[in-house]
Amino acid sequence: MRKRAVGKGIFALPYAAVCVIFVVFPLLLVVAYAFRAPEGGFSLSTLADVFTNPSNYISLLRTIGIALLATAICLLLAYPIAFILAASPFNKIAVLALLFVIPMWMNFMLRMFALQSILSMMGIANTFAAAIIGLVYDFFPFMLLPIYTSLVNLDRSYSEAADDLGAGAVTTFLRTTLPLSVPGILSGITMVFMPCFSAYAVTDVLGNSDTTLIGRKIAVLFDLQEWEAGSALSLVLLVLVMLTMLIGTLLQRRNKAKGSASAVPNAGGRLL
Amino acid sequence: MNGKKLAFKIVGWAVLVIMLLVMYFPIAMVIGYSFSSAKAIGGSGHFTFAWYAGLIKDEALLDATVNTFVIGIVSGLIATVLGTVSAVGIYYLKRGRKSVMNAASQITVVNAEVVTAVGFYLLQLFLRDTLHLPVEEGMGWLIVAHTMITVPYVILAVTPRLSQLNPNLAEAGMDLGAGSVRTLFTVILPQLVKGMISGFALAFTLSLDDFVVTKFNKGDVSTISTYVYDGLKHSLNNSVRALSTIIFVAVLVIMILFNLFGSRKNAGATKKRKRKTPVSVAGDQ
Repeated sequence: MRKRAVGKGIFALPYAAVCVIFVVFPLLLVVAYAFRAPEGGFSLSTLADVFTNPSNYISLLRTIGIALLATAICLLLAYPIAFILAASPFNKIAVLALLFVIPMWMNFMLRMFALQSILSMMGIANTFAAAIIGLVYDFFPFMLLPIYTSLVNLDRSYSEAADDLGAGAVTTFLRTTLPLSVPGILSGITMVFMPCFSAYAVTDVLGNSDTTLIGRKIAVLFDLQEWEAGSALSLVLLVLVMLTMLIGTLLQRRNKAKGSASAVPNAGGRLL
Repeated sequence: MNGKKLAFKIVGWAVLVIMLLVMYFPIAMVIGYSFSSAKAIGGSGHFTFAWYAGLIKDEALLDATVNTFVIGIVSGLIATVLGTVSAVGIYYLKRGRKSVMNAASQITVVNAEVVTAVGFYLLQLFLRDTLHLPVEEGMGWLIVAHTMITVPYVILAVTPRLSQLNPNLAEAGMDLGAGSVRTLFTVILPQLVKGMISGFALAFTLSLDDFVVTKFNKGDVSTISTYVYDGLKHSLNNSVRALSTIIFVAVLVIMILFNLFGSRKNAGATKKRKRKTPVSVAGDQ
């Protein structure tokens, strides 16, 4: 049995090779270019420029701010909606299809074109608000899906127990439902927050000069063939992504540990 | 208890309807105004097919559309083959190697898309300028890049099917003298077809939707995403309304057919399996 298992593992080899060439190596190239002077040779000045040149770090901070704002709005909208949808006796698959799959059918830029038309009709195109609306419109399903899934699959016996033991609706929600849906919330946050970093097309098309995201800056630098400066910004972005992932993983783990401590073993982890 | 359930049902319906209205209102407006002579959506005009007629003459937009579909279909097919074979390979790897490969396949999924896009651009520079390989931005390179960013999703779609496989069937294939490759093609793959189809659909949609990786690596080639993006920043021909409508309706029809066909085929497969191999049915439970 084992011997055969090894035999079939061979089929992973082509992908392993392709991954090294097209996924891992390009990341090393980004690092290499970030530490290169435009004239060639090693240099720290391009990377230092990210943190000393105000236009760079302001753009970076603005991107983080906009991503946080869009994520927060998505969460505040998605949680109650997911809660209501999960509590109502709907067909789970139909809800997911209607809210999640169908909007994905259409090209994202054509959806942005449609949204832009509506926002100009309302007279608010090319404003800060329009850019945020665009991000929320685009990423909302990614927040809704994990929260909805975690709420639908929730073990109801905890809430029922709380209810039986005399806790009010609010206490029951705060002490059982909310903690048990934390994994869904966390995964929703990562699924919205991180893609916001790259969603510069949305804020470009809908927003104004105050909503230019870091991705746009990198694109412009690459258009100008300033590969070193562009790579330096990309490297900082890469580190930010890794940090976000790390924080997310730590929070998930802590949540799981806390869950088992309060005798709710893995009820959350299983949902993801 | 019943009253509470009813209340949740009513509020649930209300929320669902409002959400659908908000989500589909912009698309519905575009579809409506694709038949209107109004210059801006929301303005007044008369009924016309002018934007559809204009679409036929708009070569740049048609080119972008064809490119989008060629890239989507070709990269989707390659990704489906590569992703399925890899999913099988990864599934049968030992624990340590398995987690390394799983992590590697998640890099592009987790990473900021801009960084992935930059990486592909730099790789193309490196292959051309340092290794003097005949690589350049454009169609071919976009197909490579789109394949790489969609393979992880095919793996995600196929892997759950693998864990439902009856291991006895592959064992039987091997016992009867088929080698690894033959077992893969004649025993394992036929059971994965459903996962492969949904993997392809996912890869195709993601490729169609992609903007950032395409923008960085397209060279002179345009896709719908990049064409509309440039148009929205400068001036956009109203034929885009007609294109949006056609694509929305086409995809709707394809999806409905796909679902009808898919469910019938699935029903047939179950029947056949029940008749021919009672072992596998028992194994499934």
